[in-house]
Amino acid sequence: MTLSAPGPARNLPQYGALIAVLLANWLLFPDFFAIRLQDGRLFGSLIDVLNRGAPVALLAVGMTMVIATRGVDLSVGAVMAISGAIAATMTGAGWSLPAVLAASLAAGLLCGLWNGVLVAVLRIQPIIATLILMVAGRGIAQLVTEGQIVTFTSPALAFIGSGSFLTVPMPVVLTIVVLAVTALLVRATALGLMIEAVGVNRLSSAGAGVNTPVVLVAVYVWCGLCAAVAGLIVTADIRGADANNAGLWLELDAILAVVVGGTSLLGGRFGLVLSVVGALIIQAMNTGILLSGFKPEFNLIVKAGVLLVVLLLQSPTLTLFLPRPKGARPIGTVKPPVAPTSGGAKP
Amino acid sequence: MTASTAPPSAPLLAIRGLSKAFLGVQALDGVDFTLRHGEIHALLGENGAGKSTLIKTLTGVYQRDNGTVALEGREIAPRGVEEAQRLHIGTVYQEVNLLPNLSVAENLFLGRQPMRWGLVDRGAMRRRARAVLQPYGLSVDVTAPLGRFSVATQQIIAIARAVDMSAKVLILDEPTASLDAQEVAVLFKVMRTLRSRGIGIVFVTHFLDQVYEVCDSITVLRNGRLVGERRTADLPRLDLVAMMLGRELEAAAHRIDLGPAEVDSRPPLASFKGFGKARSVEPFDLDIRPGEVVALAGLLGSGRTETVRLVFGMDRADRGEATVDGRAVRLKGPRDAVRLGFGFCPEDRKKEGIVGELSVRENIILALQARQGWLKPIPRRRQEEIADRFIRLLDIRTPDAERPIQLLSGGNQQKALLARWLATEPRLLILDEPTRGIDVGAHAEIIRLIERLCADGMALLVVSSELEEIVAYSRRVVVLRDRRHVAELRGGEVSVERIVAAIASETPNVAGSGAEVRQ
Ligand SMILES: Nc1ncnc2c1ncn2[C@@H]1O[C@H](COP(=O)(O)OP(=O)(O)OP(=O)(O)O)[C@@H](O)[C@H]1O
Ligand SMILES: [Mg+2]
Repeated sequence: MTLSAPGPARNLPQYGALIAVLLANWLLFPDFFAIRLQDGRLFGSLIDVLNRGAPVALLAVGMTMVIATRGVDLSVGAVMAISGAIAATMTGAGWSLPAVLAASLAAGLLCGLWNGVLVAVLRIQPIIATLILMVAGRGIAQLVTEGQIVTFTSPALAFIGSGSFLTVPMPVVLTIVVLAVTALLVRATALGLMIEAVGVNRLSSAGAGVNTPVVLVAVYVWCGLCAAVAGLIVTADIRGADANNAGLWLELDAILAVVVGGTSLLGGRFGLVLSVVGALIIQAMNTGILLSGFKPEFNLIVKAGVLLVVLLLQSPTLTLFLPRPKGARPIGTVKPPVAPTSGGAKP
Repeated sequence: MTASTAPPSAPLLAIRGLSKAFLGVQALDGVDFTLRHGEIHALLGENGAGKSTLIKTLTGVYQRDNGTVALEGREIAPRGVEEAQRLHIGTVYQEVNLLPNLSVAENLFLGRQPMRWGLVDRGAMRRRARAVLQPYGLSVDVTAPLGRFSVATQQIIAIARAVDMSAKVLILDEPTASLDAQEVAVLFKVMRTLRSRGIGIVFVTHFLDQVYEVCDSITVLRNGRLVGERRTADLPRLDLVAMMLGRELEAAAHRIDLGPAEVDSRPPLASFKGFGKARSVEPFDLDIRPGEVVALAGLLGSGRTETVRLVFGMDRADRGEATVDGRAVRLKGPRDAVRLGFGFCPEDRKKEGIVGELSVRENIILALQARQGWLKPIPRRRQEEIADRFIRLLDIRTPDAERPIQLLSGGNQQKALLARWLATEPRLLILDEPTRGIDVGAHAEIIRLIERLCADGMALLVVSSELEEIVAYSRRVVVLRDRRHVAELRGGEVSVERIVAAIASETPNVAGSGAEVRQ
């Protein structure tokens, strides 16, 4: 278990990595930081990173809280596909934008509710519980689109993907809004504390009177909503829904973003902004590799390498070897007195 | 067992100038400690004095900053628990840290399983497990997962494991905290046998009676420093307490003398009729009046813990009814109980009590916040006030309220849990082994505090293996046997003799309904 040392030093690896990746991009591509205004919207590689990173950042926001409760949501990619499929199909059928948005978000909410009930009430392990929807979700999306790639022409929905607000692209605006609302919801209320408490010790929290089932359902519902927004953005951007490929494997990017952001898979303390930073690190790498003209195959390998470095920087074992103030040992290095050869079992 | 090769003059274990600092805390500061062959040596001190840290530094759980440790004259520096075990040092740490998902037998032989043809010999392991547990009169199913058993049973299993491995040194960090008198007697018999074989035993406890019963010498720590080493025979109890606290202990708290008539005339605060749960406790009737201290006494596994868990909704009763203030209430879970103004410190502090990674402040305000609901956050400033008030009131030793609670010493964690409930100003406080691991000074303080709260009308339902403690502060004792409430003693009837008699008045039904069968 990593013990969160308070203070800004803890966030250094994330911000450091983001800056390093951005600088690397700049070296490869001197125009990287160039931003221009065109038709009332900002353009440039940096804006591109933000814009393309928005879906994973949104997923990461929801995923952060799920992971903080010691869970994981594998279904977010499938939920994106469902919400996108509903949006495209309904728009194609002539529904108004508010109805389309409401239906897509409601689908995300229902998916989250399903996951939450499996985890909180039926007490199925999160990885299994959400695997069900990960598999079934794409099937549902295909049913909605009747196996076709559905396209639409409505400029109203497309605006969400390619429009802009005060020169900022809509996906970025939506991400900021969702991040802000989420942060407000958990930090201005006691929800954040309860999420962390449940993640650290569900039994103790329940014993203290925390409504653990409601907390758990809430985080999965919120995660489903975030995924639905991400799905809307992707569909609006490409003006169509591809039930097979929308959001494919993005759950893994989202989990990675959260972990790179420093939230432990063992639950407990979480940082929403840091997860978004994690998502941006991942996207900046994608963009950089694309710009550099390397084969896309490199993408995965370079990505894995950089992630390894970020994770190593957070590892308590490594911090042992880094210089530190005299007498201040990283507490996280303390081995719990477990009986020997526990074989990875958690005491 | 390996024969000793060192000069016989060298003490079994010689610790010199041992130091260990954690962020912001000098937990050990140049401590000396000497353990001789064939000696039971008490290591004493207040909560947070550094006893557990000494043990963990000695056995390689933590790496020391300074100092030397010599085993029979040879310097050792184990880099982990395993290495300490290879040096024939067996340890029971304060928090039982076996693996709940593995079977009892696997836990006993973890890392040293009997092998045959390159495979674990399960049959031999089971047989040897039974043999290892036999001296403790514990006949459990050794193939059942450890997590199924009570804290006390797990503790005995941890002790048996350590004893089985300690060919030279046995270290016991508060092993008796959840054991009752009978089990303690068994443990002491085992310890005396080991002593007669020349093994040295380090024994940490807060029960001074036990110190005077088995220990040959005493080393006292205070604030991470050595206060001194004495022969038990030369150290009167009052002097020992003064050594530990650095001051005299104020006169022991005496029982609240509310006239029984006065309390009995009050309408019950909570009342349970035919309350029970299949395979847990037989249906029982229980009235608890404001200002009253009701104690539950009985042997391990007699249904004491099960009773209080039902009362708090931690386990769900499947029969009977509960009324509070004369109104029927649902007790579907702890949340219902918290809303009714109940509070509950469970027996298993680590598993069901603390939220380890969260700060002391967050742990203290958690129940209050949960009762207020998530929409009404307690302002940070107010949280800090509450935390600081209880840190002072209960003398919780921590550098500040923001430290993760898991870094506090065991006794201080216990105090923080008590603070969590006191912060909710409960009407009924339920404590399962409340003074476990709390030092003599703090113990007296806490009892005084509880008496004050009871005088203000709080009711207390307490499970304790300490009969003297029960007699000292309760005016009604419910005695349990075989998961059934069998007797109730009131007022003048409450005495250690009467409780013991009630517990033993019938030959126990050995085929009890639970998993644990005791001889
Ligand atoms: N891993 C750790 N990180 C930081 N501080 C620690 C750690 N372990 C112990 N401490 C601190 O060191 C001091 C000594 O703790 P220790 O557990 O040794 O006390 P103790 O004498 O065993 O007390 P108790 O009787 O309550 O068990 C305490 O102030 C505690 O907060
Ligand atoms: Mg201790």
